[in-house]
Amino acid sequence: MVNVKINGIPVSVPEGSTIMQAARLANIRIPTLCYLKDVQCVGSCRMCLVEATGARGLVAACVYPVSEGMEVRTNTPKVRKSRKMTVELILSTHKKKCLSCVRSMNCELQKLALEYNAEEDEYGTDHDIQPIDDLSPSVVRDNSKCILCTRCVAACEHQTIGAIGPKNRGYAKVIGSPYDVSLAFTPCVNCGQCIVACPVGALYEKSSVADVWGAIVDDKKKVVFYTAPSVRATLGEAFGLPVGTNVEGKMVTAIKQLGDVKCFNMDVTADLTIMEEATELINRIKSGGTTPMFTSCCPAWVKFLEHYYPEFIPNLSTCKSPQEMFSAVLKTYYCMKEGIKPEDLYVVSVIPCTAKKFEVSRDELGHYTDAALTTRELAKMIKEAGLDFANLPESEFDEPFGKASGGGAIFGATGGVMEAALRLAARTLGDEDEPIVFDEVRGVKGIKEATYTLGGVTVNVAVASGLGNARKIMEDIKSGKKNYTFVEIMACPGGCINGGGQPYIHDEVRNNMDLKTLRASALYDSDSYNKYRVSDETPAVKKLYEEFFGEPNSHRAHELLHTRYIARPKY
Amino acid sequence: MAQFTFEGTAEQEKELKDFIAKEKGEKGCLMPIMHKANQIYGYLPAEVQTMIADELDIPLAEVYGVATFYSQFSLKPKGKHRISVCLGTACYVKGADKVLDAVEKELRISCGELTPDRKFSLDSCRCVGACGLAPVMIVDDEVYGRLTEKQVKSVLDKYIKE
Repeated sequence: MVNVKINGIPVSVPEGSTIMQAARLANIRIPTLCYLKDVQCVGSCRMCLVEATGARGLVAACVYPVSEGMEVRTNTPKVRKSRKMTVELILSTHKKKCLSCVRSMNCELQKLALEYNAEEDEYGTDHDIQPIDDLSPSVVRDNSKCILCTRCVAACEHQTIGAIGPKNRGYAKVIGSPYDVSLAFTPCVNCGQCIVACPVGALYEKSSVADVWGAIVDDKKKVVFYTAPSVRATLGEAFGLPVGTNVEGKMVTAIKQLGDVKCFNMDVTADLTIMEEATELINRIKSGGTTPMFTSCCPAWVKFLEHYYPEFIPNLSTCKSPQEMFSAVLKTYYCMKEGIKPEDLYVVSVIPCTAKKFEVSRDELGHYTDAALTTRELAKMIKEAGLDFANLPESEFDEPFGKASGGGAIFGATGGVMEAALRLAARTLGDEDEPIVFDEVRGVKGIKEATYTLGGVTVNVAVASGLGNARKIMEDIKSGKKNYTFVEIMACPGGCINGGGQPYIHDEVRNNMDLKTLRASALYDSDSYNKYRVSDETPAVKKLYEEFFGEPNSHRAHELLHTRYIARPKY
Repeated sequence: MAQFTFEGTAEQEKELKDFIAKEKGEKGCLMPIMHKANQIYGYLPAEVQTMIADELDIPLAEVYGVATFYSQFSLKPKGKHRISVCLGTACYVKGADKVLDAVEKELRISCGELTPDRKFSLDSCRCVGACGLAPVMIVDDEVYGRLTEKQVKSVLDKYIKE
């Protein structure tokens, strides 16, 4: 251990720790713009400069290692002056349209500008107006606001995609895809990790908010919302509630107060997905079909496989994602039951994800979803509607798609799909114990492996979150090093709870907590006290099979609940 | 500027791929590989950058980022004869801008471009260390000093009439 003093406060940290890590133990905050926990640590933005004994000049706290007896000062006039100038220089090339910016009041640069009393125009306002790239169905880039922190580039590289990078040099430097081609025509998988990494308003989702408001006030349209499992675990953050608060009841009330709309629970079609997927898996195992079978509920993972491992398309489950299953069910079964013409029903999916916006546009899925809103967009609509979210009463999802199993609820966290599938597989295979909790596949570790024997059938399973981990698993399968039966992949590290459509969390907050675990705990808690734990217990799912689909993997189920995939080029 | 199609040959591709196979796995191998590619093809067209990205299994964005960072790499093809007009301080005050204008007018291309017959490419550079001869223009490895705009035509004629 190394003993250092931060602003006079003594702390002991392991050797090799950075000044920033030591400062955290002393409860001293050091501002950052380029640093991104677990992803980027390059010391280039110069916001984290501090004074340290034994160092010449100011040093970058995010990369500078501590040494025995070091005394660090983080708030001297020299440090504050330097930080102020850094912010002012960044502002000199930043498009300062703060009032109408998506990140207004939630911008890391704006916050630092206020804290350090930075003058907006100290060094002029000669920013280049650059064209906005909004051709991607998921991600919009406005480089006029980009501060070149390269967090998005690091996030994209962390996902092993590398669709974007720095281009040119000096004043001409910009971030984007090669050859000024829109992000829409690159191997970008639309995961949106670049968006949640961005400290400013240079990256945001392609908004569907205006379309949804339009449908709500359209007398001819019946509007139905459904919300993905993880949205209830994060929406509260956008209204200042603690991370990990499950706001299901308030969320449903809020959506119903947006207008004459119904609000359903996507956990129901998560259960439906499990019914179809577990049946498909058991069929593949019993008939000697292609294994390992890969989950297909994550649209970013699906596109990743189509680009980088097209030879494994036969391994992807043919099941649509819960979003696309739900929309197909609504536009067919629900319309039939309610006597609504499918063209008069406007289906809004609320998801933690930007790739789901791309999924909506995929032709082979039948265009059953009208709009997909991220958690952030829903929060924006709730604010626009003037609702006092924190003080709203709680209400329940509308029937017939309200109650679902805990298996559907945990879909939002890495390992959740696997666990839900294993619960049902155990039951279907006649396993006497009918295990409910599969601890080995829980937790935020990047890659998890386990072997289970269920009703006499042995399955080797693997769970990966984050596409870097997905690539490791794919390479191991390709080389024959690993032999799995069933593999769950979620593109975002930690799963949907950490999706690209989730509320912005400032890096300094993110650094001080285990965001993924806290958010996931809200889902596992709700699973633990759910009356139904296995997907086949969900009343709506039972009814769907009785009245409409017959049985899992039936002809009609194949028509509406399954899909196909397309090999895509790498460039 | 006119669009130039990629005219790489199978021999060039083999030479580059052999070189990559040799260098692959070495730390920092991207730079020597890009130098080699630039030497083989004279520039780094999209096709060559994609080839490098493919062979090294790295994103195209990384190759493109390096290609656009360093000025010695060019994304545009170069001519049979490469003309470079020095715009360094000494040359500039001695009227290098007028020399550059004259070359542009004579060849009917702008700085950074290539003539449609691919005979000449024109670039500017900063100080070649021949300030005593300012203003200076370099054609291939030949240095022409104390140039006036009027002399430009006769210098170029030598190459045009080849």
